[in-house]
Amino acid sequence: MSSSLLFNITTLSYMVSMLLFFAFMASRNKGVGLAASGAAYAGWLIQTAAILLRWKESYDLGHGHAPLSNLYESVVFFAWTIILIYGIIEMKYKYRIVGAFVVPFALLGMAWAQLGLSSGIEPLVPALQSNWLLYHVITCFLGYAAFAVACGISIMYLIKERHESATGGDGQAGGVMATFPSVRVLDDLNYKAIMIGFPLLTLGIVTGAAWANYAWGTYWSWDPKETWSLIVWFIYAAFLHARITRGWVGRRAAFLSIIGFAATIFCYLGVNLFLSGLHSYGGK
Amino acid sequence: MTTQKQGFLQSLWDFFCSLKLSISLLIGLALVSIIGTVIPQAPSIPEEYIRSLSQTKLQLYDKLGFFDMYHSWWFILLLYLLTVNLVACSIKRLPRVWKIVSEPNLIFDEGLERSLSLTRDLKLKGDTASLKDKLTGFLASEFAAPVVTEQNGEIHLFAQKTPWCRLGVYVVHLSIIIIFIGALIGSFFGYKAYVQIVEGSSVSAAQGRNNKMVDLGFAVKLEKFSVSFYNTGAPKEFKSILTVLENGQPVPGYINIPVVVNDPLTYKGFTFYQSSYGPASEGGTFYFTMRERKGGAQVRVAAHQGDMVQLPGGRTMRVVESTQDVSPVIPQLSGPAARVEVHTPGKQPESFIVFRNYPELDAERGGDLIFTYDGSDEKFYTGLQVAKDSAVPSWW
Repeated sequence: MSSSLLFNITTLSYMVSMLLFFAFMASRNKGVGLAASGAAYAGWLIQTAAILLRWKESYDLGHGHAPLSNLYESVVFFAWTIILIYGIIEMKYKYRIVGAFVVPFALLGMAWAQLGLSSGIEPLVPALQSNWLLYHVITCFLGYAAFAVACGISIMYLIKERHESATGGDGQAGGVMATFPSVRVLDDLNYKAIMIGFPLLTLGIVTGAAWANYAWGTYWSWDPKETWSLIVWFIYAAFLHARITRGWVGRRAAFLSIIGFAATIFCYLGVNLFLSGLHSYGGK
Repeated sequence: MTTQKQGFLQSLWDFFCSLKLSISLLIGLALVSIIGTVIPQAPSIPEEYIRSLSQTKLQLYDKLGFFDMYHSWWFILLLYLLTVNLVACSIKRLPRVWKIVSEPNLIFDEGLERSLSLTRDLKLKGDTASLKDKLTGFLASEFAAPVVTEQNGEIHLFAQKTPWCRLGVYVVHLSIIIIFIGALIGSFFGYKAYVQIVEGSSVSAAQGRNNKMVDLGFAVKLEKFSVSFYNTGAPKEFKSILTVLENGQPVPGYINIPVVVNDPLTYKGFTFYQSSYGPASEGGTFYFTMRERKGGAQVRVAAHQGDMVQLPGGRTMRVVESTQDVSPVIPQLSGPAARVEVHTPGKQPESFIVFRNYPELDAERGGDLIFTYDGSDEKFYTGLQVAKDSAVPSWW
């Protein structure tokens, strides 16, 4: 049994989960919905095992580091955190259908990692040889994942809102829309997800600054990655403050959440592709 | 006059207390921060980039401070405004929130009802006393035990959970203010500097900002620098072996200390971080053994980098470049290598690489001369970032 086989099973599970979620929307059958989130959780458990196994494999190869060191490993971990945050929100607020717009993000990540990225276990370059790597990466990605969930919820919000205004907003939505929570609930879930993500992103930035000070003697050097993480932080800070003033709920909040997630993805991937700096994932 | 002045101060205060200002500043900061990630920032602006800009653009960018954006007056001003905004908002709202937390309003009157957005009217059957007991029991089991207040024949139930959570936001605000003050103090008292030390030599001053030299009060000697690579060609370790000297004498406990990335050396408030390395500018001597393909005695050649060296038969050679490890360039090979250029009269100059770990390899090149590279006594320098602790103790 290798971790890569388990990762393939994970990808398959997320695929099955997504299809079941679509079937759930179409059929409104509770059993199908249960199976959909069940498939996501089963995939998540297998992925947990796979990540631990890959960690062990890294020790067997003599490298001995947590599987968080290159683009492949970070994308896999991102998918894992997305399902984790979805699970927490589903358990707490019981809106299963949110998975239909969240599991696809995790599936996209896993599919890209398994098909398009080099999955070799590589030794750590000097800059990453530190325990700070673990704290920094875990907090950042949990934050990113909460923003991914918020983005999925915001997309649902916009679809639902559009449908309601088209049908006159009598609330008696039929078909697929019947499975969606009401716009007020979606708006609130969006806020709740960002309230999970924002402190985690803050911790991620703080652990990053602490690590930078430990390793380079400077907390902050305005490296493009640092700057973009701050941009993301500013956007979500604006989101949270905008909620207190009236008029920035609903549609505008949903757009701001989607823009925030786009900035998050640019911070995660775009900076490495288009800008230069200290955060290249092993330079591959 | 006085009222006008008060009116102005009042509106200034209101301006800084407004959430609209916070939101505008946050979004504004997010937008302008992008500039500095697209335009290269001082001090590492490539020459080609400067040349690619038109004169007007160059002047405009320079005027606007785009080349050192995060230290430009207008960016700093935005940060100051955000801080003032944050302090003002907290001062204005904290007492009110504190009151809600410490002595919550237990009476549900009309004013309170108007201020809430989520309310629901329910008509229940039964007498007041039993309804009160029922609702109290329900709230206690489903949410939190309520405080019951009777006033003018009305019964008010008040229940809350984790009221201190309302104060969390002020903890965050306070942390941001502390970080901001820390950054200010740090920029006044602490400083960043850089030293470059060649193997075998020592330095007692560091180069600070604006090229000002900073006296360390002691000396740091680089005993040896080494770099190692993984089989994949990726770097494994950059290591400087340092010794601290006081009055020229090694300090016990600070002799031959390895400093690697993520593991700095601290002495008397100064911390040294591994940051860069390279061959020392004076260059070392490279040693080669050369023989002619058609036979003949072996000749030992010693060359400084860049110098022309006479070879038998009117030929000359020079070392163009060298490396301690060739694997990042040629992954199949490893170890030191040197690129040499040989001039034979009446022929095109030949340029090729010789490898110390593969003495037989140059014969396969097919040239008239066969070289082996015997290594060099080339010296390295190490580049270390130096930070001096400021008055602020470490917070982490």
